[in-house]
Amino acid sequence: MASAIGPVLECKGISKFFPGAIALDAVDLTLYPGEVHALLGENGAGKSTLIKCLTGAYRRDAGTIVLENREISPNSTQESQKLGIGTVYQEVNLLPNLSVAENLFLGRQPMKRGLISQRKMHAMASDLLAEFGLVINPAEPLSSYSVAVQQVIAIARAVELSGKVLILDEPTASLDRDEVELVFSVIEKLKARGLAIVFITHFLDQVFEISDRATILRNGRVIGTRRLAETTQTEIITLMLGRQLEARVQDRAPAETGDILVELRNYGRRGVIEPFDLTVRKGEVVGLAGLLGSGRTETANLIFGAIQADQGEALLEGGKISLKNPREAVAHRFALCPEDRKNDGIVGDLSVRENIILALQARQGWFRPLPKAKVNELAEAYVKALDIRLASLDMPIRLLSGGNQQKVLLARWLATNPAFLILDEPTRGIDVGAHAEIIALIERLREDGLALLVASSEMEELVAYSTRVIVLRDRRQMRELKGEEITTANIVSAIADEPMAGAVR
Amino acid sequence: MMNHVNSTLRRIAPQLVILAGVLLLNFLVFPDFFRIEFQHGRLFGNLIDVLNRGAPTALLCIGMTLVIATRGIDLSVGAVMAIAGAVAAALVVDGHSWQVALLGALCAGALCGAWNGVLVAVLRIQPIVATLVLMVAGRGIAQLVTEGTILTFVNPGLVHLGSGTVVGIPTPILIWLGLGLIVTAVVRKTALGMLIEAIGINESSSRLAGINSRVLIISVYLISGFCAALAGVIVAADIKGADANNAGLWLELDAILAVVIGGNSLLGGRFSIIASLLGALIIQSVNSVILLSGMPPEFNLVIKALIIIAILVIQSPTVKHALYILRASADPLPPGSIKEAKESPQ
Repeated sequence: MASAIGPVLECKGISKFFPGAIALDAVDLTLYPGEVHALLGENGAGKSTLIKCLTGAYRRDAGTIVLENREISPNSTQESQKLGIGTVYQEVNLLPNLSVAENLFLGRQPMKRGLISQRKMHAMASDLLAEFGLVINPAEPLSSYSVAVQQVIAIARAVELSGKVLILDEPTASLDRDEVELVFSVIEKLKARGLAIVFITHFLDQVFEISDRATILRNGRVIGTRRLAETTQTEIITLMLGRQLEARVQDRAPAETGDILVELRNYGRRGVIEPFDLTVRKGEVVGLAGLLGSGRTETANLIFGAIQADQGEALLEGGKISLKNPREAVAHRFALCPEDRKNDGIVGDLSVRENIILALQARQGWFRPLPKAKVNELAEAYVKALDIRLASLDMPIRLLSGGNQQKVLLARWLATNPAFLILDEPTRGIDVGAHAEIIALIERLREDGLALLVASSEMEELVAYSTRVIVLRDRRQMRELKGEEITTANIVSAIADEPMAGAVR
Repeated sequence: MMNHVNSTLRRIAPQLVILAGVLLLNFLVFPDFFRIEFQHGRLFGNLIDVLNRGAPTALLCIGMTLVIATRGIDLSVGAVMAIAGAVAAALVVDGHSWQVALLGALCAGALCGAWNGVLVAVLRIQPIVATLVLMVAGRGIAQLVTEGTILTFVNPGLVHLGSGTVVGIPTPILIWLGLGLIVTAVVRKTALGMLIEAIGINESSSRLAGINSRVLIISVYLISGFCAALAGVIVAADIKGADANNAGLWLELDAILAVVIGGNSLLGGRFSIIASLLGALIIQSVNSVILLSGMPPEFNLVIKALIIIAILVIQSPTVKHALYILRASADPLPPGSIKEAKESPQ
């Protein structure tokens, strides 16, 4: 493969800033003709931002893109398409009610005397699809074919339109094994034709099966580029989730010292997470580790009642409790800072002050408003304690940076004086300063005797503050690490050690 | 406290300006518009008429504001008016007192509202469809109550609600002012207003914060039904009869319009009942201009549409943004010019 020939696409120092966050920090990416290049990273690592900068959906704030020795700066996906960069998304962006041929040639149908020549279009479509090993009737509506076939049709259209670089954004996410084979056979053909293909996926097995090289992103930075023939799944997972950590593991608090606060027995929900047992004691931080889709978030939501369990039982200090909805969980002094801060956490147009008191007020009921003086006292106290940077308590929370929004959410729950605090990705998408402060806060709360459950994709973080770590995989609890066992190496091996059946999801 | 008054004033300033404009228009076409006289123990005048005739829309928009704040809409209020009017009329015709009739009508309205609320909050039907059911079926129900006739009555107590006065002021004015004040006070002095806004802005976040969104959503539809019932009783009392076919016809649209003119977003969230009430008055003042100008009646709806379009254009985000840009560019030193100034001498 390739390095003898020059690269087809070369990105240097691509940066993209969002208010309060650095989405991409001087990212380099080089693509050679005839290679499949995997782009890896957890959610929020910057994969999709990078793609959007490449295709012109976003304007990059810095950096250069060189396509075949010519610097380009596409302003729209149409423009990048014309230049030769085609994209196929996970959810097929075609029109299901039109025929296969119409989908392929929409906007450039072959004309005959001012009218579309159906016959010619169908013949062209058949020829085109035959090149991809697909023999179907192009006159049929697209929706009559499986998602895999639709995916191939989308790829065919993108290649027809562009033909230099093809970006596949999770093309296999909703396909079964045979269908994946179909898509992969198409990718192999395109590779042979000399296209450069960017392959984004969460399935590591597939990465190793089809890709030549992989670039790993974390927190908007390139962590490394590896030739896949020369690396292992364990190394890739380590790169994705982070390391350089052990040094920080000092005086770890002993696990299982306090009284048991929450106990879950055989708790689960079919299709969401396998039944699990879990105890959390006062004064301990239980970490939930695992790759995206391993069931971290599902576990957190299940315990908070945001998803209802269909089996098992929950106990609070030995007594059985019901957790059918968040309201019941809040009544038991549970609290949850959700993963998706924007959609499940903040109430964007309400003021910072109102966001801070929201949970407390909801628990009190609407007819018992918190007195104004108390509201101000609470809000000011938490703004000071958590060092929330804002112009005024009256400003809408959506104007704050990610880190400050997260702190406001923490304040919202701390104001309810919780006994059990669940944090789902508490440091995702926030700046370094706030990051460190939130980790320090977790330690402080643990010392104050709270029980904490923290789900995170940042292994260094989990290693730093957890007294126990539970490793999840394929929506199941795999292993529990205690005390000295808590190292990133152990977490990685727990995630990776089994022979992979299907996918790392 | 002063702060609070200031922010409210800033919120309703556009509505006040528009209302003043439309009232001025009234004055131009009819110079006696602002004259108020006291005769036979009652206030008379065009301005009083605007306040009086605007009562049904004003009442409807109180409940509608809350419903829209939760990201919903209530199309059934016109039909609920007809039901409530019919129930009140049927009860007094059956020989019950006006108090019983009023109570019965209000209960019927609240029941209709609760039905809407259950469809929206429990069964998760889209509000526009859920309330469409009762909008269509409601007049049928009202006809069943009146047995297909216009049910007339003479009960003086009930009639007083529509055309009577209290210390010289027409009763409907006092009713909508009173209810508006009460509901505003309840939502702002308790946490109800904030929780409703939270649901309208982000229901998922609100639910995860422990807010009982189901009960709150049912409540706002119930309040809307209650307001509609009160409006229905006033309209029936005014004409001394319950007309199942025409009472409150198309008024749901006026109520929604009042909320929109009040600057409340149809996407839910922050709301102001006072601004909606001003919106209702603006609509009634527009009606008044058309009547007073002596235009042929066939022009009425067209002119009303033109005035409403003008109001909405003024409030549209695009125009607001353009005005903002205009103001910003009029600034003596826009950002960037300082840098240029520094560089220019070289």
